[in-house]
Amino acid sequence: MKARTLTRHFRESLKSLGRNSWMTFASVSAVTVTLLLVGVFVLIMMNLNKVADDLENDVEIKTFVSLEADDARIEAIQATIQSMPGVESVEFSTKEEELTDLVLDFGDELSLFQQSNPLFDVFYVKATEPQQTEQVAIEIAKLDNIEDVKYGEGKIEKLFNFLNLGRNVGLVLILALLFTAMFLISNTIRITIVARRHEIEIMKLVGATNWFVRVPFILEGMWLGLLGSILPIALVSMLYYQVTDFAQPKLSGEMIQLLDLTPFIYQVSALILVMGVFIGIWGSFMSIRKFLRV
Amino acid sequence: MIQMKNVYKKYPNGIVALNGLTVEIEQGEFVYVVGPSGAGKSTFIKMMYREERPTSGQMLINNVDIATLKSKKVPMLRRQIGVVFQDFKLLPRLNVYENVAFALEVIEETPEMIRKRVMEVLDLVGLKHKARMFPTELSGGEQQRVSIARSIVNKPKVVIADEPTGNLDPETSWDIMDLFERINATGTTILMATHNREVVNKRRHRVIAIEGGLIVRDVAGGDYGYEG
Repeated sequence: MKARTLTRHFRESLKSLGRNSWMTFASVSAVTVTLLLVGVFVLIMMNLNKVADDLENDVEIKTFVSLEADDARIEAIQATIQSMPGVESVEFSTKEEELTDLVLDFGDELSLFQQSNPLFDVFYVKATEPQQTEQVAIEIAKLDNIEDVKYGEGKIEKLFNFLNLGRNVGLVLILALLFTAMFLISNTIRITIVARRHEIEIMKLVGATNWFVRVPFILEGMWLGLLGSILPIALVSMLYYQVTDFAQPKLSGEMIQLLDLTPFIYQVSALILVMGVFIGIWGSFMSIRKFLRV
Repeated sequence: MIQMKNVYKKYPNGIVALNGLTVEIEQGEFVYVVGPSGAGKSTFIKMMYREERPTSGQMLINNVDIATLKSKKVPMLRRQIGVVFQDFKLLPRLNVYENVAFALEVIEETPEMIRKRVMEVLDLVGLKHKARMFPTELSGGEQQRVSIARSIVNKPKVVIADEPTGNLDPETSWDIMDLFERINATGTTILMATHNREVVNKRRHRVIAIEGGLIVRDVAGGDYGYEG
């Protein structure tokens, strides 16, 4: 395609936006609302994922060693666990150390137990992959001289189920919104096409190629998507700037962290832009198809 | 240049518009297509610029088979064919010059070539002095001249005219006929569907009469042959 032709197509597409200003406004608004919701949803979902990852990585298996195990046996158990597949690290903590921790957490009343410590020696085991935690815990429980194994059974699964549910519901909502925006864009383009049906007919009769007829409308759809993504990008960026500005000092040193402002916000902005342009182009494609058969 | 052999056209609603029509038209001929409404005239004309394609049969334009021509190649076919309509089909927001230039712009001619060629054809149809006027400011005859100028601006081998004088008064019709004959004199084939009895009888050319989807009469220098 020649540069001159492309210039013409750009000019035509911009003229058309102005000529159907109300429809332009309506579809740009629809795209704006859609992308704003998409943007906020992505912010929330990505951060929830981050939180879940943080929590997940903190999961460990607390292995209680039977009282009858002597030092040699304890060392043997440690070596066995260490060599299991999927085990990242094993830390040993004597029952005295356990009691000290307990006293630190719950207060001096518990120091009474120092006379007769009721606790067990404990191994803290971390799995390489959080998903392997359950499997590793079951394997450890099979060993001799193991009193009990605890790893927060069910709680992590519940968190993940919750996150998955949230993600699926959100995705369905977003797809519905994207579809609506696309439909509105395709309607706008259709009105443009109907207004210029005469022109298209003549173009085709004098031998314009299909692409020559199509490109201005595709460009018009692209503008609609592009215009519709400006406000969402600005708002979502501002919103996340405020959120990180407020929350990050409070979370410093905590296990859970939000995603850093950059590059995350650039990625979200790019995503919003790409989606806007995509639904714009796709929307116009859907309406042009029918009208080109002259 | 145009050869139709056993061309049969059945529309999806079951109507048979052409019923095995066979005809041959040479380069440079001037041909009237006459016949009652609904006889298949329009389908015959539309097939020339591939708005309709035959259901069966063979149709060659410059030895290219229209029936099997790929949609992608249709624009190239249409660049060799000029079409003139009863209702002119001019774009109201473009002036005379722009309307004619449009036909060259959409096939991506160079601006220099467009300027030169548009002024040439406007001169030919006698509207050079009205190049900046808009279609609504022109008479019917002038509008038809613009649409003829547009149809020949890319130097087609054949001009197809569907009732070009249908909306014009008799006086103006003669002027338009003069124009078509001048274009024909340069070697361009003219194929004209018409109901204008007087024109056909006074300006004698080959007459093809279509009835019931078939050619019932094909006479060189024939008359209109229908009443009214």
